[in-house]
Amino acid sequence: MIEFVLSIVASILILVGAIFAFSAAVGLVRLPDLYTRMHAASKAGSVGSGLMLVAVAVYSQDLGIATRALAGVVFFLLTAPISAHLLAKAAHSVGYRLDKVSVYDDLQEQIDRDKPASDDE
Amino acid sequence: MDMPTRILLWADAASMVLICIAFVLTVYRIVRGPTLPDRVLGLDVLVSIAIGFMALFAIKTGYALYIDIAIALGLVGFLATVAFARFILVKGAQASAVQDVVEEGDTPLGMTPRTAGGRHE
Repeated sequence: MIEFVLSIVASILILVGAIFAFSAAVGLVRLPDLYTRMHAASKAGSVGSGLMLVAVAVYSQDLGIATRALAGVVFFLLTAPISAHLLAKAAHSVGYRLDKVSVYDDLQEQIDRDKPASDDE
Repeated sequence: MDMPTRILLWADAASMVLICIAFVLTVYRIVRGPTLPDRVLGLDVLVSIAIGFMALFAIKTGYALYIDIAIALGLVGFLATVAFARFILVKGAQASAVQDVVEEGDTPLGMTPRTAGGRHE
């Protein structure tokens, strides 16, 4: 009985995770510029692979394997925002502009505010 | 006993189909990607999808060793993305400085903040 429940839960987890990963890839293809693509990539992508690792942890029924899988999930949830933020910050500071459909750019305002100060030096 | 395993293997196969389509879409973005950060982002998503694929394979074959490989791949992918972000920051600072000189003509001071931001190591 418990195996039945665990198999059903693992099946649902891997299906939902695969749908998340697929939607991340669709967002990567469909969205207009780097910064909007980053939404799809760093949120849906990490959730997709994380859910599949949770499915392994649920299905294995072994404390060692489950701990390793959950440690992997925590690791990905820690590192995905860091790498996405680094990449976005680097691309923006180098000068890759937002798409025309974007309406507001907070970081550009900050750069414009900092610019006269460094010119005065 | 047999039925939940069959459900799990069916969900696993369906998820693998979705993951394969996601692979193809991500590779399309990497090949097509108009800018270098787009390609780096595609690489990040590719790593994340590969981790999910390894989790699916761990469930399908029963080898828990794939989880360790997935964690190692996540570490390598994170470090690669960070290194590429640094590369974009340093390389693009020079390129955009040249672009600023071409665009703004007589105000080479306009490139000062970006160059300073790119070479702060």
